[in-house]
Amino acid sequence: MMRAGRFRYHVASTVADAAAALADGGPHARLLAGGTDLIPNMKRRQDTPDLLVSLRHVGELRGISVNGETAIHAGTSLDDIVKSAAIRAVHPALHRAASQIASPLIRNTATLGGNLCVDTRCNYYNQTFEWRKSIGFCLRGPVPDGICWVAPSGRRCWATASSDSAPALIALGARLTLLSREGERDIPLEELYADDGACPLTKRADEIVTSIRIPSRVVRSTYWKLRRRGSIDFPALGVAAAIRPGPHGVIEDARIVLGAVASHPLLVPESQLLIGRTLTDNVIEEFAEGAARHARPLDNTDFAMTWRKSVARSFLSGALRELRGDDPSTFPLLARETALRNGWRFE
Amino acid sequence: MSDYRVIGKARRRVDARAKVTGQTRFADDLSFPRMLHCKLLRSPHPHALLRQVDVTRALRAPGVVAALTGKDFSIRYGILPVSQDEEPLCRDKVRMTGDPIATVIATTEEEAYAALELIDVEYELLPVIATPLEALQCDEPRIHDYGDRGNVHKSVALEFGDVDAALAAPAHLFDDLFFYEGNTHLAIEQHASVALLEPDGRLALYSSTQTPHYVHRALSRALDLAPHRIRVVATPNGGGFGGKTDPFHHEIVVAKAALLTGRPVKICLTREEVFQCHRGRHPVMMRMRTSVDDDGFIKAVDLETLLDGGAYGSYGVASTFYTGALQTVTYRIPRYRFRGCRTFTNKPPCGPKRGHGTPQPRFAQEVQLDKIAVALGKDPADLRLQQLIEPHSLTANWLQIGSVGLRECIERVIDRSGWRSKWQKMPHGRGAGLACSSYLCGAALPIYWNDMPHSGVQLKIDRSGLITVFCGATEVGQGSDDVLAGIVAEVLGVEPYDIRLVTGDTDLTPVDLGSYSSRVTLMAGNAAIQAAERAKALIAGAVSAKLGIPEERLVFAESRVFDAADPAQGLAFRDAVIIAETIQGSIGTVGSYKPPAAAARFKGGGVGPSPSYSYTTAVAEVEVDAGTGWLRVEKIWIAHDIGRALNPTLARGQVEGSVYMGLGEALSEEQAMRRLPPRLSHALVHKTPSMLDYKSPTALDMPEVFVDLIEQAEANGPFGAKEVGQGPLLPIAPAIANAVFDAVGVRVDEVPITPEKILRALKASGRRAGPQQFPSIAWPQAVYVPPPWEGGDGRAATKAEEALQS
Repeated sequence: MMRAGRFRYHVASTVADAAAALADGGPHARLLAGGTDLIPNMKRRQDTPDLLVSLRHVGELRGISVNGETAIHAGTSLDDIVKSAAIRAVHPALHRAASQIASPLIRNTATLGGNLCVDTRCNYYNQTFEWRKSIGFCLRGPVPDGICWVAPSGRRCWATASSDSAPALIALGARLTLLSREGERDIPLEELYADDGACPLTKRADEIVTSIRIPSRVVRSTYWKLRRRGSIDFPALGVAAAIRPGPHGVIEDARIVLGAVASHPLLVPESQLLIGRTLTDNVIEEFAEGAARHARPLDNTDFAMTWRKSVARSFLSGALRELRGDDPSTFPLLARETALRNGWRFE
Repeated sequence: MSDYRVIGKARRRVDARAKVTGQTRFADDLSFPRMLHCKLLRSPHPHALLRQVDVTRALRAPGVVAALTGKDFSIRYGILPVSQDEEPLCRDKVRMTGDPIATVIATTEEEAYAALELIDVEYELLPVIATPLEALQCDEPRIHDYGDRGNVHKSVALEFGDVDAALAAPAHLFDDLFFYEGNTHLAIEQHASVALLEPDGRLALYSSTQTPHYVHRALSRALDLAPHRIRVVATPNGGGFGGKTDPFHHEIVVAKAALLTGRPVKICLTREEVFQCHRGRHPVMMRMRTSVDDDGFIKAVDLETLLDGGAYGSYGVASTFYTGALQTVTYRIPRYRFRGCRTFTNKPPCGPKRGHGTPQPRFAQEVQLDKIAVALGKDPADLRLQQLIEPHSLTANWLQIGSVGLRECIERVIDRSGWRSKWQKMPHGRGAGLACSSYLCGAALPIYWNDMPHSGVQLKIDRSGLITVFCGATEVGQGSDDVLAGIVAEVLGVEPYDIRLVTGDTDLTPVDLGSYSSRVTLMAGNAAIQAAERAKALIAGAVSAKLGIPEERLVFAESRVFDAADPAQGLAFRDAVIIAETIQGSIGTVGSYKPPAAAARFKGGGVGPSPSYSYTTAVAEVEVDAGTGWLRVEKIWIAHDIGRALNPTLARGQVEGSVYMGLGEALSEEQAMRRLPPRLSHALVHKTPSMLDYKSPTALDMPEVFVDLIEQAEANGPFGAKEVGQGPLLPIAPAIANAVFDAVGVRVDEVPITPEKILRALKASGRRAGPQQFPSIAWPQAVYVPPPWEGGDGRAATKAEEALQS
């Protein structure tokens, strides 16, 4: 079997304790929450930390409160989010995203903070050490001067942002609290992400994601996920959409986010153009066409990239039609399945 | 027939409780005192000469006890006598990424793994042969120094009747190209093995293998050790599906390491290593030409197949013949020609996967029949029903057909699925497709030539009343233990759960050739009946003498032996055994089975004959999204002619499992390789060597499946039983392809049938996605055999001789 390398293990009792241990551990220390991303990466030697700081016994990192604004502690399991009736009612996009992450077993242990920080993915990188050695590794190392096999002439990593919850929460206007020994800071979630596959997060190595807050504005939201199978798979495309309709259906705010088509969740700039308009067929199609131009899928996930791009447009338009109130049971097969699908779970 | 007490009753399988509660000991569960761990260094290059392999540094690493290279082995091995082309560790050359080069044996797995990095290897890279086309075009460098020529492993050509004449002036000629992508078994259990020395110094190997007998032979050969000095125990397999039917390098390596160190040595492969061991479905390109008359009756079929064999022979010669052998057993085909070519490529070797070589041409035949039906304006079910193979007939290629329940299969599924009101009658985007298939119940010939039984069973019964069944058959999840227990329990009138089974152990059990080719129920089952009947006769004789009841009146049932005329007169089974042991001495019997001789007597006629053939029909109902090509399989109706279901619970499980596996092949699974830009890299690696990226369906992707078992007893089968382990996979992919056509009017003439391909077909002027041309192959002169209805005796003739005679 595959085994991770040797590492030291610190069981943190409080967030402060974890922050101190992380700071002391230096650049080769990692936080362990659910472990469903980190541990396989360690087995594949994509990551070789010498210290794991476990958050699993930090009770203050778990829990959901919906009291005007919604606050979710970062160590809350995805399954707890899926089971939260309040989140299901108030933030359908988050519910739908969380319920479609991985599989029921993984959602039992994986956390929301972990999914927001989930490593970017690439067919040339998410492989064993031996596999990557066969191709002479890639730009992400461990040897210097590697090639990005997705775009060999360039000098950047095109690994794909693969979180489902991030696009949903960005669409919902979520903010994030980061804590370190130096103190706390608060940023809009989209600022957590750098458009760089090899170094996808802007947070410092000593910072811990402690909570996610979603403002209380009344919005309609949804999340559409493309994947080959009904469970387990990472997104090959994600579309999160949140709109705030005013009187007569005039849109007061709109945030549409594309996932899995770039190295970061992509907040579609044209979302702003929807403000002041109503979701007529023309408005939806015009928006979908423009927004789909931002989707530049590469050949580093499942499905042919040209096909994924063609689906991006239909997902953008489908998600908006769903928010407009169209009956998803009348949609074409893929849109219907996507709009009606919630991740299956043990009841 | 309904007075059986065990046979035909749906039961919990005898090994179910142990499996469900985690008590079953798989190979990786075994642990022995002082056990060492083995890791293999594998080639990062697809094709290279090994200039030097130096383990000096690795030997100095912490925990390392031994390290071996190809120099430590001198004898090649392989499953087929004609393909002894594998090395436990490569000596001079690697032929694929993942070929084993060296091994480290250490006190922990971590230490062994860490030390692999300290092995120094010098490679001299060779040009890479990545596809069958490249293999056909590039004779040099040769991947192997044997084979028909260059990188062609094997070309075969068989012709039954003058096919060119039949194709020359047909009413309708259908000429189609198909491609069936390779895919792998994906058994949940990764291969694992533990080798150790018994107290008397003999070698023992515990291994997750489907074929302990063949592993036994390979170990003896590769280690140059007398077979009686070796014991091979097949541990229960966590699934095999054909992926554990070859002897493997890791088995020989741990055996050698145990001999060298005197300590138990264990290996458990990673999932990626299992993808490299492979032996899965051959990617096959096919050209199929069929002439039919105005009524749709087949006049002749001409099939060409091109197989991508990968880096080693494995079962490949048999696989090649199997891409042609069973095309004749479902419908009446008056004349038939088959030409097949297997190429070597620098990829994981292909071999036998559930259906071994036959799902690919079956896909071609069943999709082409659908095209014929549409072209002639006939219902595809009727087109098949009008020309079903006759029971107890000979086929064009001299296969002896036994019972045939195909008509009932078709009638059952078209009735249950509402076929007549669905096909061509549903709205655009919804479709129904139908396909049939057949499979063998065990190959009539063994892997190596011999005239001995294919399966043996020994029974030991003693005064405790316990019956112990000894049989070389291997439980790979298919339920062979339950079949043996059920059969013996039926004959001797006891509970299957009271029987002790000792299976798959070359020291203790009579030879059974292994769990492959759907042979175990029929062959080991018949051997078990014979052994049990002999034991019954011994016991009945003794009881008759003791109680004065005529033997023919004695009934064995309810764990008693009693008088049929007066059931109160009798005794408990245990007491009957005590009487028998008193009178007869210790009670032990044997049974064995050998398949009937084949009718075919031409070269190449050894692949295809079987004691019996199973039949299957499936209807798939699908929905297709014309905008994106997205495909959803809604429902599958499937009827399988099983002869008799010994345990319907198991039989249905096998059918559902086959549907599942067929669905994966049809929709999403690909054993595909990735090549990097050649100017930058020599690499050729598996695209998706993990269970996350290799897209096998999940529970949520399963359609509703409606299973029917068609039971018409087969004379050669135990209690009339035929196979069910493989055949039901075959109609799934063509049924889905035909349903896609019914839904949106496009043909996807290859699997997997992905949304991308459907969308491409929808946009293409020909409304089709699939291969565009079949390469030109220099076929050998065909072995010409007149079909039974054109005279002859199953032997080869020449066309010229035929012309003179007629």
